[in-house]
Amino acid sequence: MASGKKPTGFRVVGKPHRKVDATAKVTGVTRFADDLFLPRMLFAKLLRSPHPHARIVSIDTSKAAALPGVKAVLVGKDLPIPFGILPVSQDEHTLALDKVRFVGDPVAAVAATTEEAATQALDLITVEYEVLRAFPDALDAVEHPEPAIHDYADAGNIHKLIDLEFGDVEAGLAQADVVREDLFFFEGSTHLPMEQHAAVADWSADGKLTLWSATQTPHYVHRALAKVLELPAARIRVIACPNGGGFGGKSDPFSHEIAVAKLAMVTGRPVKVTLTREEVFYCHRGRHPTLMWVKTGLKKDGAITGMHFKSLLDGGGYGSYGVASTYYTGALQTVTYHVPQYRFQGARAFTNKPPCGPKRGHGTPQPRFALEVHLDKIAEQLGMDPAELRLKHLVPPNSLTANWLRVGTMGLGPCIEKVVRGSGWTQRFKQLPYGKGIGLACSSYITGAGLAIYWNAMPHSGVQLKCDRGGGVTVFCGSTEIGQGSDSILAMIVAEVLGLQPLDVAVVTGDTDLTPVDLGSYSSRVTLMTGNAAIQAAERARDVIALHAGKKLETPIDRVTFAEGRVFDVQDPERGLTFAEAVQLAEAAEGTIGTVGSYTPAPSAGKYRGAGVGPSPAYSYSACVAEVDVDPATGIVRVPKIWIAHDVGRVINAATVMGQIEGSVYMGLGEALMEEMAYRGNRNVVHKIPSLLEYKSPTTLEMCDVVTYVVEDPDPNGPFGAKECGQGPLLPVPPAVANAVYDAVGVRIDEVPITPEKVFKALRRKEKGEAGRFGPTAFPDIAWPEPIRVPPPWEGGDGRAVPGGARPGLAPGVRRR
Amino acid sequence: MLRLPSFTYLQPKVLQEALAMKADAGPDGMYVAGGTDLYPNMKRRHQEPRTVISLMGIPELAGCEMRDARCVVGSCMTLTDLSASPPVRRSAPAVAHAAELVSTPLLRNMGTLGGNLCLDTRCNYYNQSYEWRKAIDFCMKKDGHICWVAPSSPRCWAVSSSDVAPVMVALGADYVLVGPGGERVVPAARFYHNDGINYLTKQPDEVLAAVRLPAPDGWDAVYHKLRRRGSFDFPVLGVAAWVKWEQGAGSRERGRVVEARIVLGGVASWPQEVPEAGAALVGTDLSDEGVAAAADAAYRPAKPMDNTDFDLSWRKQMTRVYVARALAELGQRRRAAT
Repeated sequence: MASGKKPTGFRVVGKPHRKVDATAKVTGVTRFADDLFLPRMLFAKLLRSPHPHARIVSIDTSKAAALPGVKAVLVGKDLPIPFGILPVSQDEHTLALDKVRFVGDPVAAVAATTEEAATQALDLITVEYEVLRAFPDALDAVEHPEPAIHDYADAGNIHKLIDLEFGDVEAGLAQADVVREDLFFFEGSTHLPMEQHAAVADWSADGKLTLWSATQTPHYVHRALAKVLELPAARIRVIACPNGGGFGGKSDPFSHEIAVAKLAMVTGRPVKVTLTREEVFYCHRGRHPTLMWVKTGLKKDGAITGMHFKSLLDGGGYGSYGVASTYYTGALQTVTYHVPQYRFQGARAFTNKPPCGPKRGHGTPQPRFALEVHLDKIAEQLGMDPAELRLKHLVPPNSLTANWLRVGTMGLGPCIEKVVRGSGWTQRFKQLPYGKGIGLACSSYITGAGLAIYWNAMPHSGVQLKCDRGGGVTVFCGSTEIGQGSDSILAMIVAEVLGLQPLDVAVVTGDTDLTPVDLGSYSSRVTLMTGNAAIQAAERARDVIALHAGKKLETPIDRVTFAEGRVFDVQDPERGLTFAEAVQLAEAAEGTIGTVGSYTPAPSAGKYRGAGVGPSPAYSYSACVAEVDVDPATGIVRVPKIWIAHDVGRVINAATVMGQIEGSVYMGLGEALMEEMAYRGNRNVVHKIPSLLEYKSPTTLEMCDVVTYVVEDPDPNGPFGAKECGQGPLLPVPPAVANAVYDAVGVRIDEVPITPEKVFKALRRKEKGEAGRFGPTAFPDIAWPEPIRVPPPWEGGDGRAVPGGARPGLAPGVRRR
Repeated sequence: MLRLPSFTYLQPKVLQEALAMKADAGPDGMYVAGGTDLYPNMKRRHQEPRTVISLMGIPELAGCEMRDARCVVGSCMTLTDLSASPPVRRSAPAVAHAAELVSTPLLRNMGTLGGNLCLDTRCNYYNQSYEWRKAIDFCMKKDGHICWVAPSSPRCWAVSSSDVAPVMVALGADYVLVGPGGERVVPAARFYHNDGINYLTKQPDEVLAAVRLPAPDGWDAVYHKLRRRGSFDFPVLGVAAWVKWEQGAGSRERGRVVEARIVLGGVASWPQEVPEAGAALVGTDLSDEGVAAAADAAYRPAKPMDNTDFDLSWRKQMTRVYVARALAELGQRRRAAT
């Protein structure tokens, strides 16, 4: 059908808009999960393991069950079916079945009439443990295969082993003028959302379960509940409450969510759980501590001839997203600067700590830190300006990388130029007084994962749209508002297409009974995927309305235009109807006006095992310059200012784009300078500092000034050309700070956080004539599998592995001895 | 969420009533002022009083006044008021500055001078929830038998983390205590013990009522604080430096230090005075050599343990830097004034 025309230029898109939920948030009206109170509601608490690694010999809950006020007590055998976010890592139980794997692993759940009674009951549960040797870090787990933390793994306590080779890296290195090897370590950090996880479950008299939860992924929680509770999915409704921050920490199905659901079913009363801050540290799923080794060969002009990258991730006690995280530490090295031959070896170890998973940037900030500091060292070695080295070897737009990632628009060049000009780079780099320095780094990130968590051929995002005869429009989508502004994006996109104001659009999201599936707020996928689905639904509605408006106005349909709440003839704007009148005409003719839209990413180019991680409809690009002040007497580093440029494709909401970029810089700054998931390996592997006070994260007073440049190069795959901006701008911040510290005082801190102790030690070493460096000194020997060999696109092939590569018959998750 | 245990809350109107309430409650009773230390501790079951007696409504403990040229500060003055109080800023700006460096504005609006001076010692084996402490089988400061910081030690090594206390000890302020037996006055230095559990000489039924600051007499003092974040962290090192300058017109020794005290916070279970450092300054004009000698003297006995933020060897190294910087500030101020 010929569609009504959109007027030239955008009316809504690209302008700064107040978020549709902003007023409710700032006036305290928003109802978070912990704000929900239902009649007769019980309160749940979880008993957690005091041991990092132990077998459960027996549990006695009789005294707890007898405590006045206690209505139910659950243990592992009440919920024996395992779950996990990835189909290959179904290794979690709601409550430990036979083993505990970290201090804080849930063991029992109590529901009582008050939170005090539930807390008191926990102390009355007797658990007999047989303590096992605990593994405090990845190196220990690599060295010692026994006792195995899980009864599945690629080798001993190594959960996952990956070896991918794209072309002949050794041949590539042989052609190089300079070959450099470096070692890096990126410490683990957590998301630290202001809202602590909370969930409320209700079991109705007619056998339907409702769960309200602070979750980023209601669809995946829905699936986990159906599996573990053995209920038909149709009998379960999951409502994602507005999240008070997520950052990836609320993307897994969690024990507390399943426990309250089961407790509600057992007691017939609503049950609520609100985690303490300490328990949020135990949920974790944050940044994997990652040890990295990189070897790169380059020509004298900085052209890379080959790159070999190894990573070892400390996964914690469970799989979570870890297999994907491990692939991500090797996936995106190729999308910024041209790498003709590339090899990646990655390993993830199980350890006896809270599980790691996806934190903002998911598996890519670690290798990006390594790569960008590595390149800074190489630039110095080659006598090249670091900005020039990068600019000369950018991946071309609309190209395939060595590992078969399809790059569309590529705005890194303009990003580098913006921050170089803005920061006065050429006048200041290597020219500031001792103690002051500037450093440059770049990055790229996916705009949505090309594949869903579980294999399926269905859309990644769905939208339903209903037009009311009063002129309002309601958009229904399974996406989840976690503060990033996804509800506002839906309203703005629909308003743009239908010529309305965003506040004329009602948004219903994150409710499995009411909204079509969207996979969730992770992988920077929401604006692109829900946006494309919303455009499709809105354009379909526009077509129907335009048809009937055109008849009434006696105007050719291709001249019917939607703007400012009116539907009119673009050549005679006086000839028109209000939007409500136009909807009424359409409804009278066709019945209720409702449309749907959906979005499915194009298939990825790579067809090898492991090709599922890395492909994306579009890649965002960022460049960053950090300025630092280093006090040589103490080693204390302060960051007064950061310049950041981000290629977002197209701005949809100018206010939230700026907010996301600045928020990413803030989070990156915390990881660069201070954040650390610290454990006491010699004291039962307890988390050293599970509190908002002692887990050091910057406050607004520690935040630097930020100069933000938004680069727009519309990508054909994005809604109106938009790409992501919520994660990518975090990535270049830690390496930019590390490079700036070197410029300031001449020492290399090859690990984050860059704490005063490390800078101080490196400065003392330099004074003594040793290498002015702080960082790891070795990468362990790991028995890698035979590599999967995939010829890069320029060597022919079709994106598949060539024979003789992958070890035959070895499926992921199969244990090898 | 982490919940407070149930307790009875009493609000006496005069000090004698508070003392009587404490006598009635016995060992299960505790005084509270702003509550910024006690209530979080109660949530973690560090202190488990059944009766909590508020001192905030007692007029005798509020405000401050000048008496015989000495500023006398009521213990229930909030840290916000203390840092802004004109008599305090005139008599001892270092006290106002230290108060201003405590935690956040919100906490300073509730927290009091008395609370900061009596602050429970801190340790990251101790300042944890009941469940966390259970995972390490507790520690001797509460519910257990061992000091995890120094497992062979017979004593607790929790850290004095007050910002104002080191300044009071350096100044030689006097604390006024009121108990069932009446009033007694103790010098600030004698109010503290170097023991993480019994860190105060105050008896549980005594109330710290007021602090008498010394009269101006040719002395000057500064406080420097080391912490991760200027926005709200406890000190991992506090340096209070007090010097008394030579007095008298025409003296050729004018500009010389006649007496000095260096007191460190955050490195022991009490505000740790380093007499050798003070002695090293006597007779100097706080020129570079004197400062370096004092900084070195302060560095040697500082014994930070692995129970606060930051690496302990770095914290020890920083003693030298921070003492030198505190003394440099005093020297610059003197030179600017003369």
